[in-house]
Amino acid sequence: MALRIDPDHRRFRDIVRGKIRQNLRQYISSGELIGRKGKNLVSIPVPQIDVPRFHFGNQGQGGVAQGPGKVGDVIAPGQPDEGGAGKAGSEPGEHVLEVELSLEELAEILGQELELPRIEAKGKERLITQKDRYVGIRRAGPESLRHFKRTFRQALRRQIMMGQYDPKRPMVVPVREDRRYRSWKTVPMRHSNALMIFVMDVSGSMGDEQKEIVRIESFWIDTWLRTQYDGLESRYIVHDATAREVDRDTFFRTRESGGTMISSAYRLCAKMIAEDFPASEWNIYPFQFSDGDNWSSDDTSTCMEILKRDILPSVNLFCYGQVESPYGTGQFIKDLDDVFKGDELLVTSEIKSKDAIADSIRTFLGKGK
Amino acid sequence: MQHRKSRLPAYLLDIQREIEEHARGYGLDFWDVSFEILDYKRMQEVAAYGGFPVRYPHWRFGMDFDRLSKSHVYGLSQIYEMVINNNPAYAYLLEGNSLVDQKMVIAHVLGHVDFFKNNYFFSRTNRHMIDEMANHATRVRRHVERLGLEKVETFIDSCLCLENLIDPMSPFIVRHGAEPPAPGEAPPAELPRLRAKGYMEHFINPPEFLEKQRKKLDDERDKPRKTPREPERDVLQFLLDHAPLEPWERDLLSTVREEAYYFAPQRQTKVLNEGWAAYWHSKLMTEKVLKPSEVIDYADHNAGVLAAAPGQFNPYKVGLALLRHIEERWDKGRFGKEWNECDDYDARRTWDKHLGLGRQKIFEVRRLCDDVTFLDEYFTADFCAEHQFFSFARDERSGNYEIDSREFRKIKDKLLFQLTNFGEPFIYVEDANHANRGELLLAHRHEGADLHQDHARATLEALARIWRRPVNLRTMIHDKSRLLRYDGSAHSDEAG
Repeated sequence: MALRIDPDHRRFRDIVRGKIRQNLRQYISSGELIGRKGKNLVSIPVPQIDVPRFHFGNQGQGGVAQGPGKVGDVIAPGQPDEGGAGKAGSEPGEHVLEVELSLEELAEILGQELELPRIEAKGKERLITQKDRYVGIRRAGPESLRHFKRTFRQALRRQIMMGQYDPKRPMVVPVREDRRYRSWKTVPMRHSNALMIFVMDVSGSMGDEQKEIVRIESFWIDTWLRTQYDGLESRYIVHDATAREVDRDTFFRTRESGGTMISSAYRLCAKMIAEDFPASEWNIYPFQFSDGDNWSSDDTSTCMEILKRDILPSVNLFCYGQVESPYGTGQFIKDLDDVFKGDELLVTSEIKSKDAIADSIRTFLGKGK
Repeated sequence: MQHRKSRLPAYLLDIQREIEEHARGYGLDFWDVSFEILDYKRMQEVAAYGGFPVRYPHWRFGMDFDRLSKSHVYGLSQIYEMVINNNPAYAYLLEGNSLVDQKMVIAHVLGHVDFFKNNYFFSRTNRHMIDEMANHATRVRRHVERLGLEKVETFIDSCLCLENLIDPMSPFIVRHGAEPPAPGEAPPAELPRLRAKGYMEHFINPPEFLEKQRKKLDDERDKPRKTPREPERDVLQFLLDHAPLEPWERDLLSTVREEAYYFAPQRQTKVLNEGWAAYWHSKLMTEKVLKPSEVIDYADHNAGVLAAAPGQFNPYKVGLALLRHIEERWDKGRFGKEWNECDDYDARRTWDKHLGLGRQKIFEVRRLCDDVTFLDEYFTADFCAEHQFFSFARDERSGNYEIDSREFRKIKDKLLFQLTNFGEPFIYVEDANHANRGELLLAHRHEGADLHQDHARATLEALARIWRRPVNLRTMIHDKSRLLRYDGSAHSDEAG
């Protein structure tokens, strides 16, 4: 049904997407609906545009509420970003109810919010597995699959029909003909396999904040791609002057220092693809995060060569995200852009702050490759 | 319009009549209420429009709609009732709600309509707002057709930045008395002399002194009069009167102003209004309307409406509890000098003079109070302790919100501060000819909390678009008086 409000709604969404009224974009905050997943709070991003007004900055203003607790008890955790804080209960009567969300649903929401297209996979038809799914009921089958409830229901039905059922002595005895069994159907499952390779520069110039950005961004990329492929593999590479493969945990925690040779990571990446993941069957997505500071321009040209010769031909998309660091020159992204100008397989994006993460993900995955 | 109106089915109409009958029996006094059944989508639309079926085109309604429909989809919340302050009143029922819910909403709505009709703060609102809103929509659409959506919307955005700069009390101010005489006609003031005996006159009031006095007086007279004479809180009206606006701009600004004034009393009386409606739906449902089979469902849903998670302030719950507290106090005679001065705990606990004045008292409260006076007058230490109120604040170090006090005085002060002027700053027009350059000067009456500075600057930009000359705001930042200025292209900030 068409609603009167639809044009307003469309217009609002256009503003949020930055299609119109660019000047309003600066006031967009991601107002959040807060859901709960297990013990962890999960919030659903709802973009809000706060029309600026004369109002109080809310430094520690707080408010009044009801409930048990002693002085000093925490009633709401603070939010890391100062600007969005102050929502906790200071708005009278704003109800936050709980919602159950799975990670998949969350990724779905992310997909909607960022307008990510469903990703087109290659090698889709090659890998087919079969899976049995219980879909119905039949009269014959192994006893281990007997459906007790249906069996007794059938018995009850029979007894009532035959006038044998006595509500005063409700006894239901199934006979052989009453037995019902679960039945299954074999369905072919298409598999498309994808590989994510996360590459992170851990050299001295990458600080905690930069790693935090990388962590958040790769988490969401990981989550989104998992909704798109079954059987998703992820591999993690860290490098300074040398590269090595690590597990997920180490990837996010490790802190090293040293010089930076990006080519070392590229070599490892190329080797990994060549040995373990034939490009014809795998959808491969390398994501590289760095502050863009490479050891030498010689090394940079080696990088370009490996990228061109070994990596790009086998991947679906190569994403390079550059975080901003106080030390780095940030040269690498410019080099990449120069060499691979117009190449659709390589996407670069600069991630200046946490706020830019969403835009960066959109840049990376927005193409639906 | 055809598909919009779905008339109330006969059985619900019968229920409405029945509940109305009971409500009148209790002394409620309301206008005709016309209920409409809406599906959830339409419900969200109407809610986004602030309860009205039609509003002028603007993205912020779309934004509210977006939020409402998302929280519906993710199961976070749903809209229970909506009612418009209008004569006859309009209210909405959600299609597919259970019969108990519909009864509860009908009873609740009657409470609201009684409040709209009788509460003093609503007495100056436009009672035909539903028509007026439609007129606004038509007019704005006409401007859009002529000038394009972009232009009109941008201007409305500027107006909305200033939407809260109204004086909610101004409809009640009666101005009388003649205007002071125009400058030219003022009788020449007599020269002030120091009193002196005749022979001393020459020494005490020498000619030079008199000359100086004359000059001072002349200067005073020639000095341009300040506009406004007194600081003006209704900034929007001031802009309408004095800003160089195109006719269409004036129309949009006055539209925004009119709607802001219409909605102001609802924000002023949120706690009391919701409390009053909750009081009456409880009373009507439990004493008259409910069938035995419906009690459990009703109790369940009612508990949902009145729930407050720890750390929340639910106006329904607080308003209802406070009204019941007042009713009990006046029933038992727990008021007046004798009660206030009694500090014998046991005597207070069992105090009951069997006065039975409770009902009468709460009707008086609903007629005369807004939230500020309601809580100021009746939020007592007993009530505060009984309902476990606390005040909370942000802990600077951890960034967490923590309970900072259970002291009655502190809690009440904070509560009243939150409610006074909707917890928004007091801003006045100070001078329309600031520094004698036609600049606008606003002043913020600082009461302890600083303004949000980025937003204050952005608001000044909006103001400058309307005033078309540089604009200034005098405020305090970190306990120092500052003058924020925007001249149309750049901001400045100086001590002042």
